[in-house]
Order: sequence, then structure tokens, then C-alpha cells
Amino acid sequence: MSAGTAIGLALATPLAGMLLMLLFARLPNLRDTVMVLTAATMFTVVLQVLPEVQAGGRPSLELFELMPGLAIAFEVEPLGMLFALVASGLWIVTALYAIGYMRGAKEKHHTRFYAFFAIALFSALGIAFAKNMFTLFVFYEILSISTYPLVAHKGNEAAKRGARVYLGLLLGTSIGFQLLAILLTWSLTGTLDFTDGGIMEGKVGHGVGAILLLLYMYGIGKAALMPFHRWLPEAMVAPTPVSALLHAVAVVKAGVFTVLKVSIYLFGLDYLQELVTTEWVMYIAAFTIVAASLVALQQDNLKARLAYSTVSQLSYIVLGAMLANQIAAIGGGMHIAMHAFGKITLFFCAGAIYVATKKTDISQMDGLGRRMPFTMGAFLLGALCVIGAPPMGGLWSKWHLILGALDSGQQLMIAVFLASTLLNVAYLIPPVIRAFLRPPQDGYTGGIQEAPLLCVAPLSFTALGAFAMFFLAGPLRGLLEGMFP
Amino acid sequence: MIEHHLPALQVLLPLFAAPLLMFLVRWPTLAWALTTAVCWATFLVSALLLEAVWAGDPISYAHGGWEPPYGIEYWVDTANALVLLIVSGISAIVMPFARDSVEQEIPRDRIAWFYTAFLLANAGLLGIAITGDAFNIFVFFEISAIASYALIAMGRDRRALLASFTYLIMGTIGTTFLLIGIGFLYMMTGTLNLADLAERLPAVRDTSTIRAAFAFIAVGVSLKLALFPLHLWLPNAYTYAPSMVTVFLSATATKVAIYVLLRFFYSVFGVEFSFGVLPMGYVLMPLALLGILIPSIVAIFQADVKRMLAYSSVAQVGYIILGFSFASTLGLMAAMLHLFNHAVTKAALFMALGAIVYRIGSTRIDAMAGIARDMPWTMAAFVVGGLSLIGIPLTAGFVTKWYLLLAALEAGLWPIAVFLLATSLIAVIYIWRVVEAAYFRERPAGAAPVREAHPALLLPTWTLALASVVFGIHTALPIGAATRAAEILLGGYP
Repeated sequence: MSAGTAIGLALATPLAGMLLMLLFARLPNLRDTVMVLTAATMFTVVLQVLPEVQAGGRPSLELFELMPGLAIAFEVEPLGMLFALVASGLWIVTALYAIGYMRGAKEKHHTRFYAFFAIALFSALGIAFAKNMFTLFVFYEILSISTYPLVAHKGNEAAKRGARVYLGLLLGTSIGFQLLAILLTWSLTGTLDFTDGGIMEGKVGHGVGAILLLLYMYGIGKAALMPFHRWLPEAMVAPTPVSALLHAVAVVKAGVFTVLKVSIYLFGLDYLQELVTTEWVMYIAAFTIVAASLVALQQDNLKARLAYSTVSQLSYIVLGAMLANQIAAIGGGMHIAMHAFGKITLFFCAGAIYVATKKTDISQMDGLGRRMPFTMGAFLLGALCVIGAPPMGGLWSKWHLILGALDSGQQLMIAVFLASTLLNVAYLIPPVIRAFLRPPQDGYTGGIQEAPLLCVAPLSFTALGAFAMFFLAGPLRGLLEGMFP
Repeated sequence: MIEHHLPALQVLLPLFAAPLLMFLVRWPTLAWALTTAVCWATFLVSALLLEAVWAGDPISYAHGGWEPPYGIEYWVDTANALVLLIVSGISAIVMPFARDSVEQEIPRDRIAWFYTAFLLANAGLLGIAITGDAFNIFVFFEISAIASYALIAMGRDRRALLASFTYLIMGTIGTTFLLIGIGFLYMMTGTLNLADLAERLPAVRDTSTIRAAFAFIAVGVSLKLALFPLHLWLPNAYTYAPSMVTVFLSATATKVAIYVLLRFFYSVFGVEFSFGVLPMGYVLMPLALLGILIPSIVAIFQADVKRMLAYSSVAQVGYIILGFSFASTLGLMAAMLHLFNHAVTKAALFMALGAIVYRIGSTRIDAMAGIARDMPWTMAAFVVGGLSLIGIPLTAGFVTKWYLLLAALEAGLWPIAVFLLATSLIAVIYIWRVVEAAYFRERPAGAAPVREAHPALLLPTWTLALASVVFGIHTALPIGAATRAAEILLGGYP
């Protein structure tokens, strides 16, 4: 299979899977099998693209021309390859987990849920492979809309309100700022293709460029830069598989992925360094890192705490992009993968706790380690990965980001990374301490009583994945260095 | 031989078929069948006309062999061939839908009369678009208007009578103004032929009579096209008219009036006069901007979905007029494109509502709560149309918005670009209210169970819903036609 065909096939797979799932709506077991198989097929097909990208190639596929000069087209470069692998790979695990969770927590409307999940993955892949900013924007919007029914899934007032904020902020920023930025870029440079070294140099003055940067950074609402971060905590009303795959991996990473992509391939790192607003955005990102961590400290609801932690971690990547040097950009790219493994584990654990005990708050978790040792063990590993402690993958991305800050001579940013690490410890470790070191509040004396196997197995797997990433950092860096030929 | 007479057939087919229908009062189904056949025949004619002028020169047709400028001339170029295609295409697609919808909403003994009026309205609108004669434009305006008053008055609610009456008063003022303006032009130039007028006007244009004529025509036609703040007749007329009439009028009536305004401003008076000597850009642009903003906000607060869409139509007219006020090829092209795209989108939305009326007899948002579970296909079509109305990528609405924004940036008016993006978010709010009610609320207590609409209603609805997606992806036809139309209008008569 040529890499071009593989791109088309990878995009078609989730759509075909969705149709089959709708077809088998009345046969739950068959439908769920189809979902897992779809996810596995998609990952396998995405893998077929990898060798060519590793060899330095940029396989591409053009679908059709929408307007003169504007095509829906795909081209895979290292960063997109990485994002596609992470999203499609973790979908397999999440699909299994979702079966366990949705049945265990007695949620309704399974078919609708899985169908929109498949569309969300389809659009995440479209974002990863987009050849130009226009294609990226189209899939970005499909992603926003297809995840709306997932957030509103429960259908009660809280879910509807959360979903309204979610869609309002994401559509609002993308149409209000991002589309405007894209239009300006198009009318000034005459192209929207992602190009090595950027397209702005020599065509866009530094003043307009500075404004464009702000429009892009706030237009990419999925990156959750403050003050447009509210949608992420609101989205936590969704069932946990959504929080885990979409709001820790696919959707939010689509946001920071777009930030990196715009910085590297539209602005170009050299051009970016010359803009005044680059430094502003960097400080906003630094503020977001610290402020969101402080808010996370206050949250008793486990999912809300994790959500604010995500807001904070996303800004690591934005900051990495704004440092505007290669090592920091590579660090940002690595963080997409490392944080994905860590955070998805934490969310899986939160969901497993809910399915097994209906508990949602950290203050109720005393002594839980005796009841759910695997889940809480995995929670510890995930937490260590997010903190960036050895021997977890998170260490390496943070390492590269700090190196990048050193490279740019931004000592203050090094301090921000270090302070944030301490804050991470402060809000992620207490749940583990409560679970293992305190006696149960409700006097629970029964033995081990875990969530269903389909919940526990996936979370153990991703926890081990976070550990494995510690050793895979070398090849990962090798892949990402291909961004700067 | 026959292809030589296509321009005449375009109007005469519906015009002559209309009186025939009156003999079919006792056989409503037969009346429907005949109307359908005529609508599809006119659609075919307009498609052939567009094909003919797309490749070659404009067609000039002299009625009865009287050479223009003495006789009445029909004139077809890409600009009005596109308008003809919109009018005849929508009426052809709405006919399969009309059968069930009309049978339910109109008393049986009046169905044939209803179709008579419909064909007359159709003939009038096609006539306005095709004729090359100013007085003829007035005559056809009156034919279509009088037929529309009758159509609206046949609505299921008694308030339809009042709505129709208001429309009658406002519409009559509009056409009277138009007639006064045309009279002034005739007085000064001695001709009624549009091309001839364009030739003779420059010699006399620096007179107050011509300026007065311009003003009368501008205000008169603006009333017909519901330019803010002359739109007050529209929301009630659309809300209380029978479902099928709303679909037809919303997609065609205001569009044809916009075309007339474009023709007069660009081809007859000329860009230089309209936008250079007279500051029409400064008059139209603020009205267009207010016309986008205020009706969009009003739409959010409507309890009746049909009324909400009617206000949205006023806002969409604002978008078209905005493109038109830039007085650039790109802006004009965006306006022509939106003429087409909005006709398709809005007709799809109103048809989906028509299907809901057919089942639950109401378009109130409360009555529509939870309806998506019982009528999934209808509501899905509504969502697709809604996305196109908002202007989500890969829908027809997005393509227009893209060109409108580019036209604003090209004119150096970036605050307008920001404004346009902000107002499309208002559309998100009012469409999403309906989606949320239909998908996430429970059916009202005591509501009778409903079934999905009839395939005869669904098929045309989905045809247009899909068309609004297809024209968002395969944009060659609308973009090509709109670009050529813009060039022709800006170029004036050859």
C-alpha cells in the first residue's frame, strides 16, 4: 500500500466503522466489536504511513479543490504523524474502556455516542494530516461540532449548559479569530500551505504579523489559553471516555498541535522571534500554567482537578512554540505524546472509580487503594508521568522544553516550569496518599473490588505505556527532528 | 426552431397554464399534476437558457417581431439566467412537496385556485427577471405581487389575512414608486428599453428629474426586497403563509427584487453614477450592516421557528446588499453567489419546517421539543440547512461568507470583516436553540405521538439540504456563474 492510499484509507476507516455501528445498533455486542476493530484497523493503516515519513518523505493526497487555489488536501509531516499515531493508537484502548464504562455506569444511547466518537477521531486525523491551514480549519470545526453531542450526552440541565459553553467558546473563537486570521493570511500571502520555514517572511509586515499571531493563538480555542479555557472544565460533564480520549488527547492536542503547526509552518520560527507579541503570548502561557495549577489545587472533584491540570499542561506546549527555537518545538511535540499517556491514564482511573464506587470527589477517596489497588497504582504512574518524574516519559518532554528555554535565554520560563512541577506534585499526589495511607471513611472492609476488567485493563495498559515512553524518547526525538530538514 | 423561442416560453408556459387550472377545480390532484409538469418544463427552459448564454453571447428576443427598442425585448445573459434558474428550480423542487402539504393546509375546493395563483406568481417573477423593458418589469411585479397576496391570505391562521393586507399596502407603495421612477426616466429619455435607457441616460443624467427617478426606483424596489428598515411586511407574511408558499417566496421573491436593483444600479444607471456621482455605497452599507445585526438579534427571541427564519431572511438580504454595496467585482460576485446559496439553504429549512407542520400543526419552539426522536430525518435536514445558514465549512453558506469577507478585506474594510464573523455567531445561537429543543428536550406532556414525515415531503427537503452541502464542495457551477454575472452587471449593456 502506498502512503498516499494509506492516508485516504485511514480517513475512511472511522467513517465506515460509524456506518457499520449505526447498522448494528440493535446488536450491541456486534456493534462494540466493530468499534474496536475499526480503531485497530485505523491504527494499523496509520502505521503504514510511518516508514516513509521516518525516511524524510512527505506523502500527500489531494481530495478536491473547494475554491480556486484552496484545496482539501493532506500531507504528512513528522508532527502530524506523531499526533495521528497517538490519537488513533489510544482510540483502541479507549474503545475497550468505553464498552466497560458505558455498560458499567449504565449510560444510555450507546450507538449515538460511539458514532460521534468515530467522527471525532476522523476529524482529529484530518487535522493531523492537513496540508494547508484551510483543510485544518475545516476538520477543526467538524471536531468541535461532532463532540457537542458527546458533551451533552446525559441530556440533563448541567450537561446542556456545559455543552453550550463548550460549543459557544470553541466556535466563537474559531470563527471570530481563527477564520479572520486565515482570511488575512490568504489575502496577504496568497497561500495557506504549510511550508518549511513559514510563508510570512517578506510578505507580511511585523506589525500585521504580530496581530495575526494573537488572532491565531486565541482563535485556536482548543489550546485553552487563558482566558478562553472555560470550555475545558465545562466539558467534564461528558462521560469519562470522552474526557479521557477527547479532552485529554484528541481535542485538546488538536489545539496545541495547531499552535505548533501554525508557529513552525505558517509563521516560521525565525519570523516568530521577531514579533513583539511572541513574548506576550509566552507570558500569557506562563501565567496559564501557574494559574490553572493553582485552581486545580482547589478542586475537590477529581475530574475538575484533572481538567485544570490539562489546561496548565497545554500551555507548556504553547510556551514551547513561543520560545521559537527547534529544541523547544521538539519538546512541545514530545509533550503531545507524553502528556497524552499520562493524562488518559488519570482520566481512566477517575472513570473506573466512578463505575466501581460512584465516587467523584477526592475527599471521598480515603482508603480506596485497598479496594482498587490496580487503579490507584496506575493513577500513581500517570501522575508521575504528568509531573515529569523519572522513570516516566513526561521527564523527556519537560527536559527538552527547559533546554529550549535555556537556548532562548528565558530564565524566568525555566522557573515557571520548575514551579509548575512542584504544583503538579501538590495536586496529583494527595489523592494517591489518601487512597493508600488513610483508613477508609465508610469502614469498608471487603477485599479487592475493582471496576470491570474492560476498565482496569486499558488503564493498566496506558500506565505501562507512560512508562515505556521513557525508553522511546530517542526514536521520538529522531522522528520530530524531521520537522526541520 | 423551438430553442429560438425559449425566452418567450420561460414566461408564457406558467402564464398560460394558470387559467387552464381553473377548469380543474373538481380535480385537485390533476391541478397539482399539471402545475408540476409546467414547473419542471420551465426549469428545463431556464437550464437550457443558462447553458446557451454560458458559452455564447447574451440572447435578445423581440416579442412579436417588433425590434427593440420599439417592441418589448426579452434579454438573457448569465446574470439573469442564474436568477431564472433559481426561481424555476425552487418551484420545480417544491412541487412534489406541495402535494401533501397543500392538501392538508388548503380547503379542497380551493386547491386549483391556489395553484393558479402560484403559477401566476411564478410567471410574474420569471417575467421580472427576463424582461429587458422597464415598464414590463413593473407589470410583472404587479402580477407576481397580486398573486402572492392571494397565496399568503390562504394561510392556515386567520392572521394570514392581516399579514397579506400589510404586504399589499407596502407592496403597492413599492411598485407605485417604481412606476413613478420609470415614468420620470421615460419623460427624460423617451424610451423604456433598459439597454436603450443605459445608452441615453448619460446625456441627461445631471438633472434633478433623473436623480428623483433614481431615488424612487431605489426606495420602491428596496421595499419589495425587504431592505432594512423597509422589511416590516416580511416576517408576518412568511410566518402565516401556507408552508409551501413560504418556501417558494423566501427563496425567490426577494431575490428577484434584488436582481432588479442590481440591474438598475449597475447596468442602467451605471456604477459611476450610482456609486460615484451618488453616494449609494454610503447609503446601502450602513443599512446592510444594521439589517444584518438587528434582525439577527430579533431572531434569537422568537418563539415561533418560522418567524425566526423569516427574520433571518431579512438579515441574509443584508449580506447580499452588503456585497453589492462594495461596488467591486468580488463584492458583486459574493452577492450573486449568496443569492443562489441562500435560496437553496433557506428553502431547505422552510421545507423541513413544512414537514413538521404537516405532522404537529405548529412551528412553535415549545411544540417542537423532543421532535427529533420521532422525526429524525426531518430534523437532520434542518440541521444541515442550519449549518449552511451559519456558514460552517463544506456548506454553501461558507463559500459565500468566504468571498464576502475577502471582498471586505479587499476594500480595506477589515472592521466589516470582524463584524461579519461576529454576526455569523448570532446565527449559531438562533439555530442552536432549535437544535437543542428538538434533540435534548422531552416531548411536551400530553403531546400525541407523531410519525416521521411522508417520503414525498422528505425527498424534496433532502434534495435541497444535500444541495446546500454539494454546492459547498463542488463550487465550480455557482462560483463560475456568479463571477460571470458580476462581470456582466459591472460591464453594463453591450
